[in-house]
Amino acid sequence: MTKQVKQIDRVVIRFAGDSGDGMQLTGDRFTSETASFGNDLSTLPNFPAEIRAPAGTLPGVSSFQLHFADHDILTPGDAPTVLVAMNPAALKANIRDLPRGAEIIVNTDEFSKRAMAKVGYATNPLEDGSLDAYNIHAVPLTTLTVDALAEFDISKKDAERAKNMFALGLLSWLYHRPTESTIAFLKKKFAKLPVIAEANVAAFKAGWNFGETTEGFAVSYEVAPAKLPAGTYRNITGNLALSYGLVAAGQRAELPVYLGSYPITPASDILHELAKHKNFNVRTFQAEDEIAGIGAALGAAFGGALGVTTTSGPGVALKSEAIGLAVSLELPLLIVDVQRGGPSTGLPTKTEQSDLLQAMFGRNGEAPVPIVAPRTAGDCFDAAIEAARIALKYRTPVFLLSDGYLANGSEPWRIPNVDELPDLRVEFATEPNHETEDGTKVFWPYKRDPETLARPWAVPGTPGLEHRIGGIEKADGTGAINYEPANHDFMVRTRQAKVDGIAKDIPALEVDDPTGDAKVLVVGWGSTYGPIAAGVRRVRSQGGKVAQAHFRHLNPFPANTEEVLKKYDKVIVPEMNLGQLAMLLRARYLVDAISYNQVRGLPFKAEELAHVIQGVIEDV
Amino acid sequence: MSEATASANGAGANGRSGFPSLTLVPKTDEKQTMKDFKSDQEVRWCPGCGDYAILAAVQGFLPELGLRKENIVFVSGIGCSSRFPYYMNTYGMHSIHGRAPAIATGLASSRQDLSVWVVTGDGDALSIGGNHLIHALRRNVNLKILLFNNRIYGLTKGQYSPTSESGKITKSTPLGSLDHPFNPISVAIGAEATFVARTIDSDRKHLTSVLREAAAHPGTALVEIYQNCNIFNDGAFDQLKDPDTRDDVTIRLEHGQPITFGKDGQFGVIRGASGSLDVAEVAKVGTDALVVHDAHAENPELAFALSRLGDLTSNFHTPIGVFRNVERPVYDTLMAEQLATDTANRGAGDLASLISGNDTWTIA
Ligand SMILES: Cc1ncc(C[n+]2csc(CCOP(=O)(O)OP(=O)(O)O)c2C)c(N)n1
Ligand code: SF4
Ligand SMILES: [Mg+2]
Repeated sequence: MTKQVKQIDRVVIRFAGDSGDGMQLTGDRFTSETASFGNDLSTLPNFPAEIRAPAGTLPGVSSFQLHFADHDILTPGDAPTVLVAMNPAALKANIRDLPRGAEIIVNTDEFSKRAMAKVGYATNPLEDGSLDAYNIHAVPLTTLTVDALAEFDISKKDAERAKNMFALGLLSWLYHRPTESTIAFLKKKFAKLPVIAEANVAAFKAGWNFGETTEGFAVSYEVAPAKLPAGTYRNITGNLALSYGLVAAGQRAELPVYLGSYPITPASDILHELAKHKNFNVRTFQAEDEIAGIGAALGAAFGGALGVTTTSGPGVALKSEAIGLAVSLELPLLIVDVQRGGPSTGLPTKTEQSDLLQAMFGRNGEAPVPIVAPRTAGDCFDAAIEAARIALKYRTPVFLLSDGYLANGSEPWRIPNVDELPDLRVEFATEPNHETEDGTKVFWPYKRDPETLARPWAVPGTPGLEHRIGGIEKADGTGAINYEPANHDFMVRTRQAKVDGIAKDIPALEVDDPTGDAKVLVVGWGSTYGPIAAGVRRVRSQGGKVAQAHFRHLNPFPANTEEVLKKYDKVIVPEMNLGQLAMLLRARYLVDAISYNQVRGLPFKAEELAHVIQGVIEDV
Repeated sequence: MSEATASANGAGANGRSGFPSLTLVPKTDEKQTMKDFKSDQEVRWCPGCGDYAILAAVQGFLPELGLRKENIVFVSGIGCSSRFPYYMNTYGMHSIHGRAPAIATGLASSRQDLSVWVVTGDGDALSIGGNHLIHALRRNVNLKILLFNNRIYGLTKGQYSPTSESGKITKSTPLGSLDHPFNPISVAIGAEATFVARTIDSDRKHLTSVLREAAAHPGTALVEIYQNCNIFNDGAFDQLKDPDTRDDVTIRLEHGQPITFGKDGQFGVIRGASGSLDVAEVAKVGTDALVVHDAHAENPELAFALSRLGDLTSNFHTPIGVFRNVERPVYDTLMAEQLATDTANRGAGDLASLISGNDTWTIA
């Protein structure tokens, strides 16, 4: 039987099942196949905070959405065009996100009366007509998998567990994905259990063959590779890119990296990753708590290392006092906050951008800290290097604000040429830097570089530069304890001026305004870049005029920020918080920014942003 | 050896030092004196404060180590005691309340060429910083922690601390404190410390001898120093200092020696019926019944039992000296070894190949 092959330009697939069904792995594999095929892609894993939430329940549903295309794309897609639902809970939890006409592949084996009742299906949705608007492919995935593995010497349970690989095989057939990498992956993953490895490979192939032979799937689809800029690519998640950025920063600075960290979702993977790279002179220290994590990083920074601490919002709250100390000590330090839903424990596995004001102001006293935010998963690499550059050059703690969406989502990443990465080398102080009135040469730890206002970094072991620093206010220059009013006023202003001065050393805010006469500007920061840009594209494709600008540096803002904001009649600020950037822009520049906010633990949808932008354009 | 003219450490600059914990720290050929370790800062403790004596003892002792002073770092938290680093002409950091062990851990575990000291108070180390203290101890980071115990919050003007006796009347406890106190030695032993000692601010010789042993110890050394706060808790340790009482209440521990005390050594420590330690007259029980101190015992039982002897209110039968001194791999060494082994096994990391991974595709 030869089947019809259709060319399409993009697909959004969502794999959904129980937490224990291996949906994240399935999604990762499909992503990897898709990446190596050369499509542009963007992913959105979505999973519960519980490791194994009760089976078959709505809270236990774990999903992985993947958008891939033959052109460059910006988001994981607003709505899946294909849903793979491994059980009734997965169907129920996801059906409302599907547009009419979407394809649904369901595992009918799991649609027992009990399983359906558990999620509130009184009648079988596959039979009662409630899904008539969709294209249902009812496939007994479990039975087919178990049958395919009949000759393997494995338990029924192990056979059933391979059903995700059967589904992956079927989807790989449906979209003409290359299969070698998945087969190699399975063999490696189960290297110690060769029978299980073979069984999974067999299930994967059985899924593929099922697609080819069954009448249930009459058509398969081809999505041509995307024409991305020339280069060598890999697929990468934000956390991995960020980890590599930290390693790269250490290499380019020719400094050892010291990570002090306490595990917390969604930042832990950075700790896990860096722990693997000791041969890059990277030390990782799993501390007893967040305070010790930053403390150790700061201690190492005093000793001349690139100190880093990684955490999420609750951890930043604990670190606040130590960040203030770093501000006062004026030592380089990176504080990576992979933001998640708050307040308190909030939504550990879901994304949010609600720590901007915490990063900006969450300390006692006047304690300015530069802030850098990556915009895409791959950009986490460059943003980490940029944060390190600022920290090292200005001798200051720097916040790097990633979030759960960037951390776990992935995209193709053009691998940079390492020789072209910025040179981050620093010079430690080696000599006295001051002459007293009687001509004695002394070292003054707080005598600043007149250009950057950075103080010298004199590390222990340097003879003649012995000095004491601390969190108590210190005299300008000498660094000795000093409580005088005028000195404190001067030091507070000087620390602020140092951070403000970084504005001279960062790129101007770029505006994308193709027609040059838009009246509405959309500004964002961090991970909303993709959805905002996608929304802007939609508006433009329908003839709307809108400009877009996106902040990478949030403290200080780029020097031209005011000029940019004031050029437009209306400024829209979409954020996954209740208006934190908007508050800063309003306060700093007196612009009547229009906030658009959502805190649903999910990234914006391009369509809703397009709608918002369109509304404002019509209003002007 | 006079405190002011100590020669370069033990066996000299290149030989095996008498301080195994410091073999990686560069030695000086110059003769150091106490004065070399005094900074130009005016010391601002209250006149009569026990901190002065400790400062002098430390400054007097350091020349004995024969280290280059730029390779010595003092890290402290917050409190009167934590002002200590400002007065030392070494590298130093006066950090935030309770966090010095964490900060020092980062420094010591990334710089094996440094001799890192932590100065902390009873509130700093045992209240706000209790968590960091116990974890530094169990990790056995190469830190020497000097815990100045005055059984009071000095800097905040006299509230009770975690080592204050219960019932203590202070500004925050006008009707007496309800808290049961910590015994820092017991806490440290319970936290898997490898070196635990106690000494007294006023006994320069004893203090110096304990510092010497602590400095030699590879790993974390906790030295509790009874320190008089003459403003807010004056006389807290008087029984241990008063020439009339001190010999009868202080039990001086010496490794390998039967534990006796009293002016004429007339008292001793024995095993009681239940196996716990008791105090008895030597004449009554005989010398064979005396417990012999073994600071090197792997099992912390004896050290712990000794730590329970002293009465924290009356100071009666307070052991001083080294309770426990055992060897266990040092955290910094293990961390450095992991880096070295990984580098030896895989070669120095290559950034380009790391970031490329093994699943790439090329677009022309
Ligand atoms: C976060 C924080 N909380 C409270 C304080 C106030 N504070 C400073 S020192 C101190 C207690 C110090 O007591 P201790 O450690 O025993 O030191 P001492 O002054 O007795 O030497 C307190 C509560 C502070 N500086 N920082
Ligand atoms: S308050 Fe007490 S501990 Fe603090 S300096 Fe004065 S005497 Fe010393
Ligand atoms: Mg105290």
